[in-house]
Amino acid sequence: MATETNHFDAVVIGGGPAGLTAGIYLSRARVKTLILNEGTVGGQMVLTHEIANYPGVESISGYQLGNIMKKQALSFGCEIKSNISIKEMELKGDVKTFVLSDGSVYTSNIVIITSGGRSRTLGVPGEDNLKGRGISYCATCDGDFFTDKEIVVVGGGNSALEEAVSLTKYASKITIVHQFDNFQAFEHAIEEARKNPKISFVMESTITAFYGDERLESVDIKNLKTGDVTNFKTDGTFIFIGYIPNTEFIKDKVELNQWGEIVVKNDMSTSVEGVYAAGDSITKRFRQVTTAVGDGTIAALASSAYLNELKKKLKK
Amino acid sequence: MLYTNLKHIESAADHAKILSENENVMVVCGRMGPMCIPVYGIAEEIEKEYKHVKFCDMEFDNPESHVIRNLPEVRGFMGIPFTIYYKNGKVAKATSSIQTKGQVTSILNNEFGAPSKG
Repeated sequence: MATETNHFDAVVIGGGPAGLTAGIYLSRARVKTLILNEGTVGGQMVLTHEIANYPGVESISGYQLGNIMKKQALSFGCEIKSNISIKEMELKGDVKTFVLSDGSVYTSNIVIITSGGRSRTLGVPGEDNLKGRGISYCATCDGDFFTDKEIVVVGGGNSALEEAVSLTKYASKITIVHQFDNFQAFEHAIEEARKNPKISFVMESTITAFYGDERLESVDIKNLKTGDVTNFKTDGTFIFIGYIPNTEFIKDKVELNQWGEIVVKNDMSTSVEGVYAAGDSITKRFRQVTTAVGDGTIAALASSAYLNELKKKLKK
Repeated sequence: MLYTNLKHIESAADHAKILSENENVMVVCGRMGPMCIPVYGIAEEIEKEYKHVKFCDMEFDNPESHVIRNLPEVRGFMGIPFTIYYKNGKVAKATSSIQTKGQVTSILNNEFGAPSKG
């Protein structure tokens, strides 16, 4: 059961820029706030080596910016629980309930979901076992392990094509495997990749399995038009097939769109009263630190106004 | 330079000293990148709970990190961070690339024992 000390005015799910901003605004407005964060505080932002387009800050690493936001939130009295997951929750009614993976129970009157997104994986046999042993999701991290090696890049968006070009600094040959007959990247990225002599393309195809013992040795590439599967020798595979919102845990709780993004109104309210959402997990076109911060601000202000009304109602 | 709150290992001698003075040691050897930062974060988070384990990091590009990069246990590793778990100075377990808190604590509990409650 939730005790007096386990009750908060607001619970923010997620500790990325949207969640930390909401934490800063709510705590500063004396709204007792708890941020529940499944991973490392800072979200996707901490994974960015350099942020050079955050207004007011010439250049800063995402890790540092995340830490500053965290310190700001804590300085206003916001509480943060990291590396913890929510086992069960009830979002309906005036009091929302959360059961955490450590067995503790928390309640709140308002909720802001800022659960963000994560890199999409192929989810095919061998992928989990060979992660870090030839399969990578980060060119800047692991590119130099593939110096003079022949590798595969999966994807057809800006990340895939730009990272493939950057990997030509190391790899001797790159094969881009993409499921469609055209790329979704911007024209300049496509042009850069096409004119690079180290890059070749296998279109309308996908990887269906990874093989290797100590490290990746080959992949199965399936032609999606003919169904033919070819075993392709490779030293490494980089996967850049976009992001998916972290919303599986609320799929039956609030309205999501066909891509699993949370549907919100202009004030960031969701389909459930007292539940708001912000950041990369909501329906929107542009996903930036600045837009997440903006969303988090709106969600905090709107939910705060809702809380004031709710408290008046509960007093009557 | 690694911007973490973990104990930084700066040299091979430093590495040897830490192994000789601590029964259970976890070293995260990486850079300030997307796959490494979450693992440093997990180590920082659980450091207080796992009092019987010494948590450290070491910069992957520091030439002195050959003590980790040349371990036989990391042969085949092609993703940072290299996370090494030492028991009495010997490698008990090694992992490559990003790990979840569950994966890290599972190794710690298996190799070094779960933290005592209270």
